[in-house]
Amino acid sequence: MKNILSQMLLPQFHKFYIAAIILTLIFLPLLGLSQYVLRIMIMIGIYAMLAMGLNMLTGYTGQVSLGHAAFYAIGAYVSALLATTLQLNFFIAMLAGVVVAAISSLLLALTTLRLTGTYLSIATLGYGEIIRMILLNWEPVTNGPLGVRNIPRPSFLGYELTLANNGIYYLMLVLLGIISLLCYLIINSKIGRAFIAIKEDELAAQFMGIKTTGYKVLAFVISASIAGAAGSFYAHMIRYIDPNTFTFDTSILMLSIVILGGMGTFRGMYVGAAILIAFPEALRFLAAYRFVVYGLILVLMMRFRPQGLLGWRSSNPYRLSKQVSEMLAQEGNREITLKPFEGKEEAVKG
Amino acid sequence: MLKIHNLNTHYGNIHALKGIDLAVNQGEIVSLIGSNGAGKSTTLLTIAGLLKPTAGSITFKGREISNQPPHEIVKMGISLSPEGREVFPGLSVSENLTLGAFIMKDKAKIKTAFERVYELFPRLKERRNQVAGTLSGGEQQMLAIARALMAEPQLLMLDEPSLGLAPNIVAMIFELIQSINQQGTTIMLIEQNANMAMNVSHRTYVLETGKISLQGDSKELIKNQEVKRAYLGVV
Repeated sequence: MKNILSQMLLPQFHKFYIAAIILTLIFLPLLGLSQYVLRIMIMIGIYAMLAMGLNMLTGYTGQVSLGHAAFYAIGAYVSALLATTLQLNFFIAMLAGVVVAAISSLLLALTTLRLTGTYLSIATLGYGEIIRMILLNWEPVTNGPLGVRNIPRPSFLGYELTLANNGIYYLMLVLLGIISLLCYLIINSKIGRAFIAIKEDELAAQFMGIKTTGYKVLAFVISASIAGAAGSFYAHMIRYIDPNTFTFDTSILMLSIVILGGMGTFRGMYVGAAILIAFPEALRFLAAYRFVVYGLILVLMMRFRPQGLLGWRSSNPYRLSKQVSEMLAQEGNREITLKPFEGKEEAVKG
Repeated sequence: MLKIHNLNTHYGNIHALKGIDLAVNQGEIVSLIGSNGAGKSTTLLTIAGLLKPTAGSITFKGREISNQPPHEIVKMGISLSPEGREVFPGLSVSENLTLGAFIMKDKAKIKTAFERVYELFPRLKERRNQVAGTLSGGEQQMLAIARALMAEPQLLMLDEPSLGLAPNIVAMIFELIQSINQQGTTIMLIEQNANMAMNVSHRTYVLETGKISLQGDSKELIKNQEVKRAYLGVV
């Protein structure tokens, strides 16, 4: 049984599994799922996008951001305000949201260039709070605590995409697909190698001729742009936003998905988002205790699987060359007898 | 090739290098020896651009480099294999080497660099898929040197290649350093193992509390009474 299972997980079958999952996701709404389930699936998609973005910064480049909700918020607000006041098309509004999120991350990255580790995390935390305060208090523009209402639904070629006609769901799939592809291409390029080198050892990365500050800023901008896109999509899906959606809790949720799913992996982001978003819903029967259970699960996870659900390398056996593994196999067949240490008693006496 | 004139470097208030004059000629192995805290690594980090000198000049092939950022200095042809074998522990041997060639754009050149390095270090070729953090100390040191060679440097700077290695591995590493030099790479070697360093190098500088106290041909310096007493443990 175990053999069949490990056979099924061989890399040559991966493409097949990925195709099967994508097909399932495409045909899923045809099963006549309720709007409630569909909405949860869309939220999972949004958080998978956010996690994907944060993963570029935290999982691959090793810079922990505790204020990523700020870029999510900027994407949502810019896009929502442009769509409500200027009646801009969703896709143009989204592009604007992405650009503004990218610019704001550039400002943050350039001012915190010299910070590393925990200091950087605290700075991003502060930044997240600043953005939330601006949203809350800049009433003439953001409408303060009342939020932005009646955000138009996305429309594509004059066709309005709603939850009922599954349009929103497919839009989420397309966006998630584009973002995943983009991240995949970046990570498998020279830029991605530079990111990973910085995470592994920043000093050594500098010796390789990698302009570490430049690449760290780039990681910030890529990560924030993705969060901006997710924010814009969220705003047009939910159609009402206020500052309470973009709190510190949201930043932490994103980070939890990245860590729980498995930093520096792609599959971990989807699975992490699915679990952390679906769990509170699935645990509704526990009523008041559901967040206690939720917290407990997180604690147990970190105790028993610190590399994340689908994290790898730390769990997989190290890949040895053929010669070495053959040598080890031979040694395994040989009987190893331990000689008792002689002269120990004398040494003690002496 | 490399000329350093009156180099001064500070760590905050600490005056680490107090006016160093040093030259490395094309094709040489030059060693810089000295005790702990003499300023050996500071000298290397200043040349590599990670520390900014407070006074003095560093010229490489006639160009001033003391005001250049680290990545530009690597591009000019100076590579550093850092102290303590700072390899990327979570990446495989071949991924480490690929990063060593980060500044190179020509794929054919990267391929030749790989071939050259694997020829020099057949052990690394055997273990190319192994995660660097699981290599032995000597293998990690080989990887650190190999990675620095991937950028095809004209000047290779090695910071304490013998640190924490068994004597027979140290001898092997030094043999490799000599063969790298014979293939045309100029080498600047920083060592606490003065005996080994002077045996393989052409010229030696002795650094003491931020100043060059002695210099000369390694063969002659190794007989110097002062050096024998202070660094070779011979009375």
